[in-house]
Amino acid sequence: MSQILMAAGFADPVFDQQATFRAAMWALSRPGRVEPIRAGLAPPAPLNAEAAALVLALCDYETPLWLDPALAGAPAVADFLRFHTGAPIVAEAREARFALIAEPVDMLDFYDFAQGSPEFPDASATLILQVDAFTAGLVLEGPGINGRTAFGAAPLPADFIERMAANRAGFPLGVDLLLAGAGGVAGLPRSVTVKEG
Amino acid sequence: MNAHATGAMPEITYNFAYLDEQTKRMIRRAILKAIAVPGYQVPFAAREMPMPYGWGTGGVQVTAAVLGPDDVLKVIDQGADDTTNAVAIRGFFEKTARVATTTSAREATVIQTRHRIPETPLTENQILVYQVPIPEPLRFLEPRETETRQLHALAEYGLMHVKLYEDIARHGHIATTYAYPVEVAGRYVMDPSPIPKFDNPKLDDCPALQLFGAGREKRIYAIPPFTRVRSLDFEDHPFRVQRFAQPCALCAATGVYLDEVILDDKGGRMFVCSDTDYCNERQEAGHRGEMAGEAGRASPSPQPSPLRGEGADGALNLSPTGKGRPEGPGEGTWGVPTTPSSAGDPGSARAAPSGMTK
Repeated sequence: MSQILMAAGFADPVFDQQATFRAAMWALSRPGRVEPIRAGLAPPAPLNAEAAALVLALCDYETPLWLDPALAGAPAVADFLRFHTGAPIVAEAREARFALIAEPVDMLDFYDFAQGSPEFPDASATLILQVDAFTAGLVLEGPGINGRTAFGAAPLPADFIERMAANRAGFPLGVDLLLAGAGGVAGLPRSVTVKEG
Repeated sequence: MNAHATGAMPEITYNFAYLDEQTKRMIRRAILKAIAVPGYQVPFAAREMPMPYGWGTGGVQVTAAVLGPDDVLKVIDQGADDTTNAVAIRGFFEKTARVATTTSAREATVIQTRHRIPETPLTENQILVYQVPIPEPLRFLEPRETETRQLHALAEYGLMHVKLYEDIARHGHIATTYAYPVEVAGRYVMDPSPIPKFDNPKLDDCPALQLFGAGREKRIYAIPPFTRVRSLDFEDHPFRVQRFAQPCALCAATGVYLDEVILDDKGGRMFVCSDTDYCNERQEAGHRGEMAGEAGRASPSPQPSPLRGEGADGALNLSPTGKGRPEGPGEGTWGVPTTPSSAGDPGSARAAPSGMTK
């Protein structure tokens, strides 16, 4: 058997997981605010370090994970995630608790992921979208935001505002978004209202 | 993972903050969903903790899941830092997580609370963790979980309004004084845990993140910062909080929640701040209530005093932290009397509440 070099996980799993979780928690608590992630990971491309940190902090054998075609096309990514988290990687988007999306522009419709049920709205997917930069151009309102706040990220789907409006309209059902990249994470929970800035 | 091995002698060590990492991830995922759906009770696989149900097992698990090595932890029980429940939980995290602890609401980054919200306004970098006995606000109206789940799914909260209406029909006013139901972000009706309704206005638009943990009932829910939280009421019977006729006897604070302390068996009583940290801070700043004694005598005692309200040196020496509260500190159930009026002295002929007006 040939030797396979596996990219390292967290240097200090306990505290790195805690710090990454806290970044995700504050990101969802204060939508639009970018929380720094310093994980020091070097995952296989096209997985970025921030998204990898979120998966390593939040996923384990209980959380089916779905990879978008760009990530699924690189077997090293699945090997890396499977090795470090033990999460089952599923082919059906609807079965996933977490979904990793490297190319948000071409991503599936939000409705293709688990929305939860009226009795259990928590049984819904969390989508981790890899972004290159946090920009501006959107305005957010809702729980966690004192009034309104400016936000933006790239790349995002062309119909992002319409998608988020539909997601909000389905509240308490819907998906929650974590946008990961550029050294940080931003959260867009289903409770947020996204408008053009 | 975080074991501190020391030579030959085996030392009992814990993973950071007691819980194993898989448990923490499970709780953390529940917390994220709770934040995304404000006021909705997320089921989680609560673990057995080394303390009985009712002593804050839910709050402890939430705290353990969010806590990091740089956090400064404060634990309060009915506003006090030095009661059994607060001391025990603070000691638990000092031992298992080695985090810094404080009694100051300003210095803390994580505050675990049983049944009070600090008087000191919270900031947006703080996390307030509530210990919750019964998370389901509709439970005493509808005992079946399958039914209450349906009622939440349909946002069918008529039952709760009927209950409040029956209060009015019977007592002439809404007689619910603690665990007063609230509507979060215009959708879910939520039990704010048995805080006095005096604290309800602090839930609304609070800059801090508020997390609620119910260990026995296995539920976690949350209020994100700056979220609209409305106490249920009627147009002709608007929500009102308790008012106190007199200021704190030790620090002269007004507009704060006061505990009634029985001083003797002849009807003597005093009203002092329920929030010991707030009261101490005010006394240090020179505020003196009518029973505080001369400066320097009734100096605030941040440490638990062995006298603890025994009044061995005369009643005026009562430390603000030893309030002689009648109920046991750990009986974390819904039935704990939380209003001064319910803490009347049974031995007194003048047990009628006198300090509180509607």
